Amino acid sequence: MARAAVSGRLTWRAGTVVAARWETPSVRTLVLQVPEWSGHLPGQHVDVRLTAPDGYSAQRSYSIASAWPGDGQIESGRVELTVQRVEDGEVSSYLADVLEVGQPLELRGPVGGWFVWRNEPPPVLLVAGGSGVVPLMAMIRARGDVRGRQPFRLIYSARTPQDVCYAGELARRVRDDPGLDVRFVYTRKTPDGWPDPPGRITVPILNTYGWPPDFAPDVFVCGPTAFVETAADILVALGHDPKKIRTERFGGTQ
Amino acid sequence: MSIISPGFGGRRRSSRPDLPPGQYLTHDFPVLSAGPTPRIPLDRWQFTITDEVGGKHSWSWPEFQALPAEDVTVDIHCVTKWSKLGTTWRGVSLDTLFEDVETTADYTMVHGYGGYTTNVPLEDLLDGKAWVAYRFDGDDLAPEHGGPARLVVPHLYFWKSAKWVNGIEMLQQDEPGFWEEAGYHMYGDPWREQRYQGD
Repeated sequence: MARAAVSGRLTWRAGTVVAARWETPSVRTLVLQVPEWSGHLPGQHVDVRLTAPDGYSAQRSYSIASAWPGDGQIESGRVELTVQRVEDGEVSSYLADVLEVGQPLELRGPVGGWFVWRNEPPPVLLVAGGSGVVPLMAMIRARGDVRGRQPFRLIYSARTPQDVCYAGELARRVRDDPGLDVRFVYTRKTPDGWPDPPGRITVPILNTYGWPPDFAPDVFVCGPTAFVETAADILVALGHDPKKIRTERFGGTQ
Repeated sequence: MSIISPGFGGRRRSSRPDLPPGQYLTHDFPVLSAGPTPRIPLDRWQFTITDEVGGKHSWSWPEFQALPAEDVTVDIHCVTKWSKLGTTWRGVSLDTLFEDVETTADYTMVHGYGGYTTNVPLEDLLDGKAWVAYRFDGDDLAPEHGGPARLVVPHLYFWKSAKWVNGIEMLQQDEPGFWEEAGYHMYGDPWREQRYQGD
């Protein structure tokens, strides 16, 4: 099994925020320069540690949003994290609202060898709920970097069009990355002229816009727990092999 | 030595003695699993301990339910950083399940429906340290939390508490399970913060 992607000891490193941008009013991307970063696979995450002057510290895990080109396309040591501000979240609100360009951020990683895309031949179905799009975006970017020709399809559920992360880049990649397409699902409010009323992800949506089970796609589902449970159950019911469905859940249960 | 985060005060001063390093308190019950939630009909459920020479000890759901159960209140700690204190479970102690198992092996691989595996040393399963639990917080254990039954071995990170558990295989040597193969720690003691290989 070649799943081990983490070897040796994962040490804490002091990255520096070199740029930051808002993806939506509550989602911010931090671009970090990390010394001695040895690369990562799309889908992996890092642990972030904040430390107060009195020594109190808090850790959380965040998915990496950027691909690792490994061929000098991007300055080495760049890692992008996209963080959704969580209500009452002591770490996410710091990363979204307090941390400034030029300041340090401690992290260690990359972590995880299961929810990753390794540029393999099968078609890929990505199913995102809210900020669950982050590790899936890393996969789309990685495929773009290697000019992959695998059919790639993203089904992306967001509350409203204003809540869509990476909207401009996704539109550009659908135009420029052959074999990539994106289907949005809006749960609260749709754009004008949208064919469907707002609503949650359903059997017809995954049946119509996902790859058929006969294609044996590699499926990656990421989002809040309830979303992932629903989407994964539907995919199994539609006939996808449960072993081909990889999930990453975040947040509490209702 | 960690660096100070400029402007970070920390909101939840949960530096309590019952919280392992790097963990934060949660009051809900997050779900972590690698794939879809399997649904296991009780009339097909089976739990099997396989010893190192292939001998098997199996229980059907009714047989398992007939074993003496214990109610336990334990703290659980997930490697994704959340801890939940004072959770209540009902289940069968592994001491009960291992009563008639003759083994000289020191290691186990725990298996779950859906193909999940995780390795736990035998001594960490015995002497009142682990249960196969089927009720949580007074209700039947929900499928997304590992129902109908999951392992609960609360002194290790919670990925060791295999969901949808269906068997334990005795091993002469330690071998990595699913997450351990993917870079997580072989043992997983939250008090020593053994999250990843090399910790």
